[in-house]
Formats: sequence, C-alpha cells, structure tokens
Amino acid sequence: MHFAFLAPVPLTLPTMSVRELEKVSSSPPAKRTERAKIDVRDFDFYYGASKVLHGITLSIPQNRVTALIGPSGCGKSTFLRSINRMNDIIPGVHVSGSITIDGEDVYGKGVDVVSLRRRVGMVFQKSNPFPKSIYDNVAYGLRIGGSRDRRKLDEVVEQSLTRAALWGEVKDRLRQSALALSGGQQQRLCIARALAVDPEVLLMDEPASALDPIATQKIEELVYELKENYTIVIVTHNMQQAARVSDRTAFFMLGKLVEYGETNTIFMNPGEKLTEDYITGRFG
Amino acid sequence: MRHFDRDIEHLKELLLRMGAMVEDAISDSIRALLERDSTVAERVIATDDAIDQMELEIDQHTVELIAKMQPAAVDLRFVATAMKITPELERIADLAVDVCERAVELNREPLLKPLIDIPRLARMTQDMVRQSLDAFVRRDASLARQVIARDDEVDMLTEQSFRELLTYMLEDSRNISRAIRLTFVGKYFERMADAATNICEMVVYLVEGKVIKHSNEAP
Repeated sequence: MHFAFLAPVPLTLPTMSVRELEKVSSSPPAKRTERAKIDVRDFDFYYGASKVLHGITLSIPQNRVTALIGPSGCGKSTFLRSINRMNDIIPGVHVSGSITIDGEDVYGKGVDVVSLRRRVGMVFQKSNPFPKSIYDNVAYGLRIGGSRDRRKLDEVVEQSLTRAALWGEVKDRLRQSALALSGGQQQRLCIARALAVDPEVLLMDEPASALDPIATQKIEELVYELKENYTIVIVTHNMQQAARVSDRTAFFMLGKLVEYGETNTIFMNPGEKLTEDYITGRFG
Repeated sequence: MRHFDRDIEHLKELLLRMGAMVEDAISDSIRALLERDSTVAERVIATDDAIDQMELEIDQHTVELIAKMQPAAVDLRFVATAMKITPELERIADLAVDVCERAVELNREPLLKPLIDIPRLARMTQDMVRQSLDAFVRRDASLARQVIARDDEVDMLTEQSFRELLTYMLEDSRNISRAIRLTFVGKYFERMADAATNICEMVVYLVEGKVIKHSNEAP
C-alpha cells in the first residue's frame, strides 16, 4: 500500500511583503496617539447677567472631528464660537475659565484676535460668499493679510479649492461670480476660503443643514478628508451626521456638557440617561 | 407613544410570537420522543415552515426599521439583538424538527432502554430557552447570566447520556442504530441550549451594552 499522499508536500506560500502581512494580521491597527489640540477648563460664558455655559471642561484631540450635539439653545454654538472669540462683538459678553490652543490661552492678554481667527477658521450654517468672483473669494484672506504675489495666490487658490473638493467644478470659471454657484458649491467655496489662510482648526456650525442630501454627502466626505490636516469641531443637529463624521461627540444640554466621549460609545452605549434620551429621540 | 416605539413594540411582539412557536416545537418534540407519538412529531415537522416565515417577516421588519428610523443607543442594541436572536430561534426550531425526525425513526422500533438522562436534558434545555426569552422580554441581564451558567450542566448531561448509550452499542451491535439516534437527540438538545446561551449573551449586550460573547467573563 502506498502512503505517498502522506509525504510532505513542498509548501509554497505566495510571497507577501511585510506591509501586506501586517494588513492581513488580525491585530487592530495601532491607534494614532491623540494629542490635545484644544483644551477647555472650567469655561463659563455669560451674556450680561445670564450664564449660558457652565464650567465646560473637555479636551479636543488634534486631527480628529469632534461633534457638538444637543437641543436648540443648549449652548453648543456659543461654545463653538468661543473657540475663536466670535462672540467678542456681542455687547455684555464675558467669560471665565480657559480655552487653550496648543497651550496658548485664547482669552489671554495681548492675544491678536485676527491672527487667532486665521489659525481657527470658521464655516457657517448659511454659506456666505462675498459678492465677488470665485477666485477673489478664496484669495480674500491672503490679500487682506498683505499677500500680492500672483503666482502664490494662484497656487493657494487652486490648492484650497482642491482640498474643498471644488476645483474640478470651478477651475474653468474662476472669474465668475461666486453667487452663481449652487448652495452646496457655495458652502464648499466658503470652506476653501477658510482653508486658504492655512488654519489649524476648522469650526463648522451646521455646515450642511441648508443643503440637499447630495451636497450634504459631499461636505461630509470633505470633513472626513480634511481631518488629515486639520482639527475639526462641528456643530450639528443631525444625529446621523454626527455619528457618521465624528470621532468624538460632546452632548450639551442647558449650557452644560452632559457627556463627552468616543462617538461609537455615545451612539451605541452612552453612559448618561440624558444622552440616551436625546439621541434616541425620547426627550422631554 | 412615538411612532418609533410602536415599531419597536411590534418587532418585540413578532419575536415573542416566534418564541412561543419555538417553545411549542420544543415541548412537542419532547412529547413525540417520550410518549413515542409520531403524529405529534409530524405536526412539529409541518409547522416549521410557519416559523421560517416568521424569521423572514422579522428580518424584513428589522431592516425596514434601520432604514427608516436609524436607531441609536439602546434602540440600536435592541434592533441588533432582534437580528441576532431570530436566527437562533429558527435554529432551535430546526433542531426540534431533527428531534422529531429521529423520534419517528425510533418509534418504528422497540424502545432501546428507558430514557433517563435525555428527558432531563430535554427539560433543562426547554427551561433555558424559555428563560432566555423571558430575560429578553424583561431585559433582565442577571437572569440571562443564570441561563448561560447552566450551559455547562447541559454539556455534562449530554456527555453522560452519550457514555451510557456507548455501553449499549458495545454490548450488542443491533443496538447501534437506535443508540446513535438517541445520541443525536442528545446532541440536538445540547445545541438548542447553546442557542439559548447565545440569546442570553445578546440580552446582556442589549441591557448593558457589554459584549460577553467569546470573553472569559464568568457569567
């Protein structure tokens, strides 16, 4: 009787690079170390005598998307606008506690608000392009910053529009009015305008709430890609949007931070009853 | 009540209806085996289609619910649990059918031996399935953990019954076909208990958001 079939067969494995092997190994990908970009400590905010934010303390990681959610009037937009001092112009406003970006106090003495806002860009709910050409909209920030170098401007405009996923759609009509663009395109133009001054942080206040689902999806894709280079904080009323785009979620209610954590945890197994009631729509 | 709560409630009702059908299938399969009643066995086999249909209906309902309502937090865990429990219930019903098919075959021959371990095993399994559904309905993680703890007992009893049946096979080769059928029956009940354990693991997930499956957590 032959037992040839039991003889060892030379085993040839398809060659694989170490990188490919790493890809197929079952160990989870190493987590990027999370560095806090924005650190908020005991932050209170007052409109005159009325206190609208109560002792907010949280740490916003770099190159991550942090979503701020909560019912209307909970203070999330006020908090967002506190990060680049957009509330300063409102009379009677004062704050206590601290917000630091890379260790520098945003409300510190001698802080140049203009340069702060260059570091911390903002995109609003309603797109607000200037009544100028597409090109001039994107180049605006650089020009008021004193940049006149034509080639440099061209380069930044193209780069910003590309990053905002709009370049392909507008490259042949840069001189046309920005107001001729669709709502979704205008919003991406505003993102490009914010990116042109090379900010580190991007604040977005319901950037897709006025857009149709296709334009919304484009903005969400964009947010996802932009976090490679920017730290993003986004206010949204759309629960699913927060769940889709963010890494961290902070739930605000009545001016207080109720819960803050990994988005997965907040949406699958929140620690607080209030958070659960809010995200499952069982409020009130 | 929110529209969404009504949908969740409806899903729960469907699962309970399916659970009741499955419990009936188990108790009838036990009767078919112990009372050697092939008519009952045939009935269980015939009703399996209805249970399969329930599975399809529940699947459709859960997928619709996700598409339309985008559940989150405990609602999401409920829907995920429903999706994982349904195939377990369907599997239990299939195993009850298997028991009945073996019962029909066994009933054609004289009784090999008085059944002792298998009825105990069957009752214990039936109990576990019932309690797993109770734990689900009441969202009772502690009951779920108690059920999971009983799985080892079931495994032991299955092993014990197999050892005994082995002696019959060794004694007389004419016993083999009946003894093997009874061994199968033991195994079917043991797998139903496994399914009940899986249901209970999902109940713990539903209630606590904690995955205890494949973990070493003592129940």
